[in-house]
Amino acid sequence: MVRYTVRRLLVAFPTLLAVYTLVFLFVRVAPGDPAVAALGDYASAEAVQALRERMGLTAPLWIQYGRTLAGYLRDLGRSLITDVPVGQQVATALPHTLELTFAGIVIGAILGIPTGILTAVRRNRLPDYMGRTLALVGLSIPAFYLGILLILGFAVRLRWFPVMGAGPFSDVSANLRHLALPALTLGIIMTSFVTRMTRSCLLNVLREDYVRTGRAKGLRERTVVYLHALRNALIPVVSVLGIQAAVLIGDSVMTEIVFSRPGLGRLMVQAMMQRDYIALQGLIVIYGALVVLVNLLTDLSYGLIDPRVRYE
Amino acid sequence: MRSRRVRAFLRNRTAVAGAVLAAAVILAALVAPAVAPHDPLIQDVYNMLAPPGGPHPLGTDDLGRDVLSRILYGARVSITVGVFSVLIGTGMGALVGLMAGYFGGPLELGMMRVVDILMSFPVLVMGLMFMAILGTGMDKLIVAIGLVLTPQIARLAHGAVVALREMEYITAARAAGAGPWRILRRHVLPNVAGEILVMATLWMATAIRVEANLSFIGLGVSPPTPTWGNMIREGVRWLVVTPWLSVFPGLAILIAVLGFNMVGDGLRDAMDPKLL
Repeated sequence: MVRYTVRRLLVAFPTLLAVYTLVFLFVRVAPGDPAVAALGDYASAEAVQALRERMGLTAPLWIQYGRTLAGYLRDLGRSLITDVPVGQQVATALPHTLELTFAGIVIGAILGIPTGILTAVRRNRLPDYMGRTLALVGLSIPAFYLGILLILGFAVRLRWFPVMGAGPFSDVSANLRHLALPALTLGIIMTSFVTRMTRSCLLNVLREDYVRTGRAKGLRERTVVYLHALRNALIPVVSVLGIQAAVLIGDSVMTEIVFSRPGLGRLMVQAMMQRDYIALQGLIVIYGALVVLVNLLTDLSYGLIDPRVRYE
Repeated sequence: MRSRRVRAFLRNRTAVAGAVLAAAVILAALVAPAVAPHDPLIQDVYNMLAPPGGPHPLGTDDLGRDVLSRILYGARVSITVGVFSVLIGTGMGALVGLMAGYFGGPLELGMMRVVDILMSFPVLVMGLMFMAILGTGMDKLIVAIGLVLTPQIARLAHGAVVALREMEYITAARAAGAGPWRILRRHVLPNVAGEILVMATLWMATAIRVEANLSFIGLGVSPPTPTWGNMIREGVRWLVVTPWLSVFPGLAILIAVLGFNMVGDGLRDAMDPKLL
């Protein structure tokens, strides 16, 4: 398992390099000059030229490529606007994003798996229809709108939770109170995915021969469903959980904006508004790294559920 | 065959309900100028932030513009962006996927590797990246969302071609002297078209959702043109006083996305009888 992990981490580097290369090329190929974009249309030619030199845009493409890459190994480059190393900004923002995404996944698993089981076991009856409808709504609603509705209900009307910002990590209760609504936003979306996936996987497994055998030899329905069927149904659920975690990272961007949480998503939108190409490139590579990491964790978690899985 | 699928679709109540919702949104986009009670851009300064009811069924915003009319006109942006970005995405994705699958070899490996990497990115992060590169505006928005959809469509088309390419009738066509483009167009494309059509409905939902997200951030079609996303963006400032400014456009987004998702789900079930 350790060897497998190490090998997967080694493979991750070429993938990240490819991500970096793609982003680098996208930004260069794009019409328009990043320096002009950063300074606006009314900047003087000298100012644009100076910025072009500072951004290293005057060097040949392959030198730019190498230089930027070397910068990544150091501090992800420096922000065009604030001159703060992007790595430093990421370091302060990342915990907030990770905390939020993780909480969303946990809520999704806790609420989604039981709901999925319920809808599968009560197939084509009221709980099934209700669960399926809610899941469809949950996966159609944009994260930012769900966030706004939760703010309206729980922060403005009921005043249970603060509207925006994030509590410091040192103050656990303030941190959790700030986390509640954003985490619920992502959690509800995740719950919808998990419910649908659990339902369809469990329905597939319940059709298997060994389930019929179990019932035929007189096992209680509960034993058949929970002991025999569920464990087998959960393997694809976990893989989808992993894939959806990547989607959730995307939704976390919107959630952070709605709740003004100081996470990666807000950094990214800020970088976009200020046309800070260097910060933007670095942040996209960071998102790429997060996705690679989530995929690895997903693959590793198969072993916990399915003893047949060997990591070789 | 065909009518069996149509009947399977009609039996699926969720799908029919979805079709009704989606049709309502498309209709709203088509007839907005005829049915909107007011001009969506006219500011009624005596009626700013008016609550729903009376001459303004869904109230007015902070500039006194009629919310219902703006939502109806907003449907035009959503549907236009949705339709054209799905067309662009399907065109490019099908091209990439079909070519990679048909020609094989290092071209296939390279293309699908890039597709895999792009696919692992969250749709929204990718949308943000393309908007950052392209700039704002309706045309850029369409291209950006089309690009976001491309890898998913490419993967689907590629999978279909890989399944088909070993089929004997393809070999037969090649033996009969058909060139690669003819085989792709005449034999491969018709076989994957059904699946692509089903997925296009789901991508339409994704496109509308991404458009709403991007214009909520302020990266889509610029004001004063109403879009559901930028209406919510402008309404959020008044969330405590006049929540309907954010709630109503959001409901419109929900109806549109939900409608297309339900149709897509229903079509998929109808095409795939083993799931019924």
